Amino acid sequence: MRDIAVVAFAQTRHSAVDEGPSEPELILPALDEVRAKTGLRRFGFTCSGSCDYLAGAPFSFVSALDALGAWPPISESHVEMDAAWALYEAWVRLQHGDVDSALVYGFGKSSQGDLREIMTLQLDPYYLAPLGLDQVSFAALQARAVGADRAALDEIVRRSRRDGRANPHALDLPDPEGEEPEVDPLRPYDIAPITDGAAAVVLAAGDLARELCENPAWIRGIAHRIEPHYLGMRNLARSTSAADAARAAGVGKGHVDVAELHAQFSHEEIILREALELPEGTAVNPSGGPLAANPVMATGLIRIGEAAQRILDGTAGRTVAHAASGPCLQHNLVTVMEA
Amino acid sequence: MTPDVRHTQAEHVLEFPGGYTRTTGPVIGRFLTELRDGRLVGVRTAAGRTLVPPLEYDPETGDAVTGEFVEVGPAGTVESWAWVRAPRKGHPLDRPFAWALIRLDGADTSLVHVVDAGDVKAMRPGLRVRPRWRAGRTGHITDIESFVPEVARIVSEVRTEYRVKPGLALARFLEGIAAGVFVGCRCGSCGKVYVPYRLSCPECGVAITEEVGLPDTGTITTFAINNLPDPRAPEVPFVSAYILLDGSDTPMIALVGGVPAHEVRQGMRVRAVWVPAEERTPSMSNIKWFAPTGEPDAEL
Repeated sequence: MRDIAVVAFAQTRHSAVDEGPSEPELILPALDEVRAKTGLRRFGFTCSGSCDYLAGAPFSFVSALDALGAWPPISESHVEMDAAWALYEAWVRLQHGDVDSALVYGFGKSSQGDLREIMTLQLDPYYLAPLGLDQVSFAALQARAVGADRAALDEIVRRSRRDGRANPHALDLPDPEGEEPEVDPLRPYDIAPITDGAAAVVLAAGDLARELCENPAWIRGIAHRIEPHYLGMRNLARSTSAADAARAAGVGKGHVDVAELHAQFSHEEIILREALELPEGTAVNPSGGPLAANPVMATGLIRIGEAAQRILDGTAGRTVAHAASGPCLQHNLVTVMEA
Repeated sequence: MTPDVRHTQAEHVLEFPGGYTRTTGPVIGRFLTELRDGRLVGVRTAAGRTLVPPLEYDPETGDAVTGEFVEVGPAGTVESWAWVRAPRKGHPLDRPFAWALIRLDGADTSLVHVVDAGDVKAMRPGLRVRPRWRAGRTGHITDIESFVPEVARIVSEVRTEYRVKPGLALARFLEGIAAGVFVGCRCGSCGKVYVPYRLSCPECGVAITEEVGLPDTGTITTFAINNLPDPRAPEVPFVSAYILLDGSDTPMIALVGGVPAHEVRQGMRVRAVWVPAEERTPSMSNIKWFAPTGEPDAEL
């Protein structure tokens, strides 16, 4: 196995409303920033994550190549998933040994459509999507199954929003209070905010990583696991796939300074803490996490970027990032990074 | 001046006109066909579990399921639910409803569907539900319009009509009220004075023959402040009190008015406020209420 590290991370100042830039215009500043940080203009491999349904146009990700400058032709790929999985693909690609650097980016403008109903389109088309089961509704079914204490959920939101206010890239959201349930038991503040944004990461192998930065965030474990799609075939109160991915990535082999979790609903943090068996003392989502900024299709990659950044800037020795995909945490990717 | 074109916007719709055609395969097709006929079926796995709705592969092992279909339900049990207060455009009902995981009788997995329960208070784990079928079924998961709770209670209407007379004693008392007088009586055995007028002494059990006219002044012995509206009271809050008419030994209940509720007290002296003479009828509505006289409080 080759040693591969995150050597640079950048993200937009995420926005709760459409401020006007198109997707390529949104991604360009983040790409420029990681190019400047690494001094690289060309990469051995490029991979992105996005979702055509967010823009409502087929192959909408292709236009994002305009931000890359794909001439002379580059080696490029795309996943119709959160860009955390684009990073996984890039990590696998770097294991081949013939290229040493990879650029990974993800972007999304949830503001353009109705995200809650767009997420219905990811559901099984025979049994679930025809019911009109929207994102908040299926998450609420999971929240009920977890049966978490309201005070614990409120505290997760309060901490996330407070940390988000201290993060210049996240939204400024007030402390949670006094909202009626949207879909009972979920209150509006339990739900990650609609957000536009983008993020980029550069991966490098071995010596190149050491040349490009002082403290590479070495990926010591990375694994993803998926479980059955249909909600009635699973125990929604826990995430077996997240636990399996965490075990495969080796989360428990050492202390964890920081864990960035892709929890788009407050109760998901409770499920994920348990699945990842995070030790006491781990700082969870010090960036504010998805409850403070959720640029869909970049949110998972940002978890890896934020967890890597703590190592890049020398403030942490071992961090964990989690990304999720599918309804009710169906698919989970866990990355362990070390200084 | 040039408009700010950055914030102009166009409406854009992504749609597959007429819908997107999908083949069902034999397993899902069988379920939907049975659904069209008003039946619910599951499929057996090699391990003997019954998957509802049926899948082509056992989610636990990845093995193909057996070809054996078994009828399940139609009743089932709610395992978990989420309550939608304000339905979205794409939701199956236009009134508040629950999304639910329903374990149909005979199934080993849960079906995600809708429960039309009317009120969130009706929802609980273990709630028994049955499908409400759509008219004109087509073989679609929405052939079940929703699930509805099993019948566990009914509402019984009760109403009978009567013709009621006041009785001799009350009739005599109301005659007095029509004339602006409280008619009471004195027991010839124990000497106690009762109001309203009655024909026997409840303590001695003897007939009473002596009628006593009582004044319309008295003393509050106890009272209650009522905060719920009542058709017999003018406003909320109102005070109802026990009033011991002067010369009587038993209090009668009446409204107290003409004074803020919080100033009413035990021992307060009051006098009946009558409606004008031309409006009087043989009814207690002749007395608007009792109002304070302003005299010093009486010892009780």
